[in-house]
Amino acid sequence: MTTPTEPATAAPGRRPRTVDVLVVGAGPAGLAVAARLAAAGLDRVEVLDRERHAGGIPRHCHHTGFGLRDLRRMMNGPDYARHHIATALRAGARLRTGVTATGWAGPRTLDTTGPGGLERITARAVVLATGARERPRDARLVPGDRPAGVLTTGGLQQAVHVHHQTVGRRAVVVGAEHISYSAVLTLRHAGAEVAAMVTALPHHQTVSAFDIGARLRRPFPLLTDTTVTGLTGRGRLDGVRVRHRDGRTATIACDTVVFTGDWIPDHELARSAGIALDHGTRGPAADTEFRTGEPGVFAVGNLLHPVETADVAALDGRFAAGPVLRHLTDGRWPADPLPVRVRAPLRWIAPNRIDPDGPRPPLDRFTLRTAAFLTRPVLTVRQDGRTLHRRWVPRTVAPARPLHLGADWIASADPRGGPVLIAVD
Amino acid sequence: MTVTTTGDLPDEVYDVAIVGAGVVGSAIARELAGHRLRIALLEASDDVGNGTSKANTAILHTGFDATPDTLEARLVRDGHRRLNAYATEAGIPVERLGALLAAWDTEQLAALPALAEKAVRNGCHETRILGADAVYAREPRLGPGALGALHVPGESVICPWTTTLAYATQAVRAGVHLHLHCAVRAVTTGEPHEVATTRGVLRTRHLVNAAGLYADEIDRLLGHTEFRVTPRRGQLIVFDKFARGLVNHILLPVPTALGKGVLVAPTVYGNVLLGPTAEDLDDKQATGSTAEGLALLREKGARIMPELLDEEVTAVYAGLRAATGHGDYRIRAHPEQRYVTVGGIRSTGLTASLAIAAHVAELLTGCGLDPGPARKLEPVRMPNIGEAFPRPYQRADLIAADPAYGTVVCHCERVTRGEIRDALTSTVPPGSLGGLQRRTRALGGRCQGFSCGAAVRAQFEAHGGPGAPPRTPGTAPKEVRR
Repeated sequence: MTTPTEPATAAPGRRPRTVDVLVVGAGPAGLAVAARLAAAGLDRVEVLDRERHAGGIPRHCHHTGFGLRDLRRMMNGPDYARHHIATALRAGARLRTGVTATGWAGPRTLDTTGPGGLERITARAVVLATGARERPRDARLVPGDRPAGVLTTGGLQQAVHVHHQTVGRRAVVVGAEHISYSAVLTLRHAGAEVAAMVTALPHHQTVSAFDIGARLRRPFPLLTDTTVTGLTGRGRLDGVRVRHRDGRTATIACDTVVFTGDWIPDHELARSAGIALDHGTRGPAADTEFRTGEPGVFAVGNLLHPVETADVAALDGRFAAGPVLRHLTDGRWPADPLPVRVRAPLRWIAPNRIDPDGPRPPLDRFTLRTAAFLTRPVLTVRQDGRTLHRRWVPRTVAPARPLHLGADWIASADPRGGPVLIAVD
Repeated sequence: MTVTTTGDLPDEVYDVAIVGAGVVGSAIARELAGHRLRIALLEASDDVGNGTSKANTAILHTGFDATPDTLEARLVRDGHRRLNAYATEAGIPVERLGALLAAWDTEQLAALPALAEKAVRNGCHETRILGADAVYAREPRLGPGALGALHVPGESVICPWTTTLAYATQAVRAGVHLHLHCAVRAVTTGEPHEVATTRGVLRTRHLVNAAGLYADEIDRLLGHTEFRVTPRRGQLIVFDKFARGLVNHILLPVPTALGKGVLVAPTVYGNVLLGPTAEDLDDKQATGSTAEGLALLREKGARIMPELLDEEVTAVYAGLRAATGHGDYRIRAHPEQRYVTVGGIRSTGLTASLAIAAHVAELLTGCGLDPGPARKLEPVRMPNIGEAFPRPYQRADLIAADPAYGTVVCHCERVTRGEIRDALTSTVPPGSLGGLQRRTRALGGRCQGFSCGAAVRAQFEAHGGPGAPPRTPGTAPKEVRR
């Protein structure tokens, strides 16, 4: 079923190649879509990863909790990554690590760099699965000195679990969501003590069992309503300055600080292709079938929703295989889907493009994030002032936790109307 | 080739010792290395260019706005010409973007003709005053309300790190001894001078003080109290590479009585700078940023280019300029002491560095130094870390010869294993991860080490990087099962 496409243009020293589907990123989402596509009979499904090892972020998450939603079992991160690698390979996908997609030479043609040389790979469809990363200290504009000992959870986990490096002895964790507690576990694994966890919000944003579990046996203060106002230390970090909402200030002595959460998609490839981004997620704007604004280019995983758990990203990959296969057959691409937007304190919604006559999103729902705690909110879906849907959420929704919205209302939206707006009433 | 970091200093008498391996001290060392002289370059920190030289706005000035007829004006003009030529030879990234001084009110607009005349007096004849339409045609993303601008075509952006490193590399290859971790504590003048350092005594016939922020303190050790360095802090915000497309020129403010003000400028690494602030301080180590400083920059940036603020921030840093409260460089020869002070080298020091070096060499001759016959220095070719020129990850020929150049380690900046290895084994190797970043760009990108931090550190430590605990396989903490 493959029709070899002519490589876009020749470039000196670049080896032109063609594949059916090129997947960029071998994390759970990329591996899952590749496994499904290969299993469906596509000959040439190729997955690139710039890292030396496939598997994505779970590779260095040594805690358990992976796989519940997509595999119906509980695994640690590395085991979960290995499972997805094996599944993709068994299905016949080609997995190439240490290969970086560096830019576009055409609409579905990517230039790559690897130890084997430069290539120009043209695909009938491209799936971007480049994931997300935590905003580092500088991007959060945290002022002060620039000492060593400032990390993100991702950097910390790679240092400890992949490279077996030492970290400091006493750390402050900035943020109080799931990932922040993972940072606590990793710090303890490396022999560091947690001096404090700091969040600007009034409460932690994980499930209480995690919080209690982490703090019961080896207690550390959880400083709520508190912001980090600066770092001090010349050479090595020696303190984190904080300010409570009521004006009290303090400096916490520590030699390490871990900035957790605050995710941004690794959208470099998407953006450099000129693909429109969603203002909320900062990932490519995508519809219910993972289609971006660029024909033939799909996006899956945490590139679209920074950030959902690894198994949700893997489910994306699984669900996206159908639309990719359909596109390879019929070549259809929606011209102008309706944008779906959110109003503060909601931060983003994914997917964020709809076709009222088209399919509903996977699992028949949208995922949202809020910037503030919402107690029993009422979500309202409106278009051009017309209310399409109202839904009461009978619980408190925490920032950094998913909030779901059913998709029953899609068909009632006007395909020729204005953007659909989701607000909290 | 001699670079030392620990232990006693060589037991010999140098012809010239230069205190401070910033861009100016390194340029002087390189200049003198063109003669058969025994030269020592002393640096208190772990790397060359580790003070003001590493944290500035990285602009190669034409000198159009210097105060005419000052030493600074002359050396900046001469230095601009010299460094442009040297950059081409040594592979230092330079982009000749030109500057626009945008006028935001009628007062600023009225000031432009005088600036153009001043530029002429500084030997800069190419400037032109543009009307508002012409300004927006050149800079469509400029904030609304600009009434006109002065266009200065020669202004360029340059890589300050490669510049200092090129000078130091060329000097060391020509026989200069670079002694790091070597702070000067006392000087006993004599024949020769005895310079007491944190690494023991060094003897030298001639002494050059290029100690930047500490030039006044070194001067005092020799009994001179002519000036005092007041550090002037400049905080800067570095925006993501995706912001680069917003800006075509170096966008300078029209100078006012309050100083040069805040600029928006591309960097040769493909980012966009916003800054600097100007804060007079007492502390010569106060290189921290402040909430107030960053808020001020964002406020100014919102006026100059509103869209810039919607882009991600890659880095925030602060540098200290060596202000002396005097309008000109403080370069003085003291022939009776066989001593030259190179003080008060402010933000133009990078541009002027090669001209300062030539000037200092003349002054040393006036102090009785016999340089002997000149010799041609072996040219250097520095690794390119600029975005406008091919980087190793793009070069099939390099990768074919050595696959390490195809192995990308730092993804945001596309730095390869081969480049990091080359930096670690180079003539002047980095003393820290920060130094490695300045040589390769590794860790300098938008993720700030989220993806590559541990891998870059591992490669650095495998080379026995200073401060690295010796690593043996199997010493990692045991997996804790919960």
